[in-house]
Amino acid sequence: MKERITGAEALMRSLVNEGVKTIFGYPGGAIMPVFDALYDYRDRLNHILVRHEQGATHAAQGFARVSGEVGCCIVTSGPGATNTITGIADAMIDSTPMVVICGQVGVSMLGTDAFQEVDVVGITSPISKWNFQIRRAEDVAWAVSRAFYIAKSGRPGPVVLDFAKNAQTGMVEYEPAKVDFIRSYDPDPQPSDEAIKLAARMIDDSVKPFVLVGQGVELGNAQNELREFLEKAQIPAGCTLLGLSALPTDHPLNMGMLGMHGNLGPNVMTNQCDLLIAIGMRFDDRVTGNLNTYAKQAKIIHFDIDPSEFDKNVKVDLPVLGNCKTTLAAVSKLISPAKHNSWIQGFQPYAEKEYNKVIEKAIHPTQGPLLMGEVVRKVSEAANNEAVLVTDVGQNQMFGCRYFKFTKPRSVVTSGGCGTMGFGLPAAIGATFGVPERTVCLFVGDGGLQMTIQELGTIMEQGCPVKIILLNNNFLGNVRQWQAMFFNHRYSFTPMANPDYEKIAEAYGIPAHTVIDRQDLDDSIRVMLDTPGPYLLQCAVMEEDNVLPMTPPGADVDKMMLEIKE
Amino acid sequence: MPNQNNDCQTCGKCDKNAREKNSVRNGMPLHTILVYSENISGLLSQITAVFTRRQVNIETLNVCASSTPGVHKYTITCYCDTEMAEMLKKQMEKRIDVLQANYFTDDQIYIQETALFKLSTPAILENNRISKVIRIHDAKIVEVNPTYSIVEKTGLTEEILSLFDSLTELECILQFVRSGRIAVTKSRIEKLDEYIQLREKKHAQIMEQ
Repeated sequence: MKERITGAEALMRSLVNEGVKTIFGYPGGAIMPVFDALYDYRDRLNHILVRHEQGATHAAQGFARVSGEVGCCIVTSGPGATNTITGIADAMIDSTPMVVICGQVGVSMLGTDAFQEVDVVGITSPISKWNFQIRRAEDVAWAVSRAFYIAKSGRPGPVVLDFAKNAQTGMVEYEPAKVDFIRSYDPDPQPSDEAIKLAARMIDDSVKPFVLVGQGVELGNAQNELREFLEKAQIPAGCTLLGLSALPTDHPLNMGMLGMHGNLGPNVMTNQCDLLIAIGMRFDDRVTGNLNTYAKQAKIIHFDIDPSEFDKNVKVDLPVLGNCKTTLAAVSKLISPAKHNSWIQGFQPYAEKEYNKVIEKAIHPTQGPLLMGEVVRKVSEAANNEAVLVTDVGQNQMFGCRYFKFTKPRSVVTSGGCGTMGFGLPAAIGATFGVPERTVCLFVGDGGLQMTIQELGTIMEQGCPVKIILLNNNFLGNVRQWQAMFFNHRYSFTPMANPDYEKIAEAYGIPAHTVIDRQDLDDSIRVMLDTPGPYLLQCAVMEEDNVLPMTPPGADVDKMMLEIKE
Repeated sequence: MPNQNNDCQTCGKCDKNAREKNSVRNGMPLHTILVYSENISGLLSQITAVFTRRQVNIETLNVCASSTPGVHKYTITCYCDTEMAEMLKKQMEKRIDVLQANYFTDDQIYIQETALFKLSTPAILENNRISKVIRIHDAKIVEVNPTYSIVEKTGLTEEILSLFDSLTELECILQFVRSGRIAVTKSRIEKLDEYIQLREKKHAQIMEQ
């Protein structure tokens, strides 16, 4: 007779089978049998106790984004589950593989408004790739295997398992399950030879081709395939926010960041190229601006693994369905080597213009208060441009992504589609577990830090080596900038009184320092990076600094503002 | 496209205007979307959410087991342009347990719908035009008692609505219900079977590896 174990232990064995080593979680009533089973698996499953369930999800996201593995969370029912909603929605829009396991009341109590009962399957249905309520211990192995298969395959995303208490305590003759096929779900669509051939022909025929690099390149581990493709035909490229580290910043064909606060050249040239080649990106409105004027002059090829992205926002001439690791390699084989010298040189004047009008002032100021841009660039360089960049959301994010430099793949962790303030600190915690050998630098504002500041407790307990660079301007800076630009400087509830962050860090036993003067910046950064473990570096930055250039929302992609006219 | 080529299986009694009124609204053609999914609970709400989120109203919805074991079939009608129909299709197919979604205009499918009318028997006895209308519309009287009579009408939406309009005028309706459209494709190719065969072949390949 086979060994009989509880559903909770079946979950532990299933997680081990899936290769899970790190779990971010928080116990509670309806998940107690699982935490009891976890107590015996501490040698195999490293459970990180966060301080709020939202932190667990963002930590799992940070972990997944840098490691390429599935992030895993375990939380309780009711409020424990609803606290994960923001992280699940964030992971959905940013295609981050994650499995969230929530406790649930027993089956006999379902639908009775029992204590800490919430319709988790109903709530998470539109924001998860898949969800499932485990009602019997017999279903644990299958559900967990299916959950991990769905989360990591195809276009990755979050999966929610709603684990009823009776299924946790129920006994089962455990047999490992392996789901690697679902009839109604094709995560690896076969690329069409015709589309590949046609794409190659269109690229060969193009005089002014331009590539948009999205996170799909990182998700498909196609960074090398991308480089070979770009280099063979000498095609210039711009990167989306989440695709920034798919191509090294200083690669000669990397023309910079796309989007509302991206670089001037790639945005302007989007409307001048004759062929736009989008790879693993979804034409977000923050990238396209006004769709009616977006790349109308160009033919468009779209490489993506998710067919629902084709023609969603931008009509494309040729969709190329499939994993870009396969499709890019196939197209690279067929295209002819090319040069495109004059087209590439055409980016230069825009780069110079942006440097003179914006970048130089942002990263090499000679007087006045500290600027966010200079802090970001100095930290990046002090870490040899090899660190992982984690940002919160807002000006810290835009300055972070504009001025941090990348030499390694999977180096940017930021909340793109959802724009979740409070994402940064827990995501940085997760990143330190995902790539313990790398330096993790978090840029966070005074607003976002306070949204998940409780996770300093997790950092304290775990000793996570997060380098927290607090860009403190006593404002909710990004909203303030918009108020200045579009709401006649009416600063409605954006100025913020701040606590003494050094004292807060001290209370958590985290070394901290505040920089006010420019001449102290280099040394302070050095000390931060040389100090083992966590560190909080508070930078007192200019209060009313603006992120530039900027394409105002809904404006044409090539009409970027380089300055704000008062 | 409005259904111009529909060889309408009608009694000929419904007027053409009514038919056109039904096949286009606000310039949007009526689309019939046939969806096939695995028989897993919770899918209906996932499917309807795809419409809600894109501000498309569902006109009729029918769900039942299909001829393929374990597969459920949804027949959904809505007014939307072809681009929206395409987006709805893709977004539904994106749900893990949805096998296939396809959209059709009326000329591409054989359509049927059933309605039940509960009528007042005294009203019928008082006004002989009522039974005439029922006969003209080829409807069936399936139950009669001194209080009420039940009339069943199977046909196109337009025919049912035409009967409904006539009976409303005659002030005899106690209750009325339509089943919602059901449809089968006129195509000689069974797309779902092809899809399932293709997927089974892929499964076999995975098993071999």
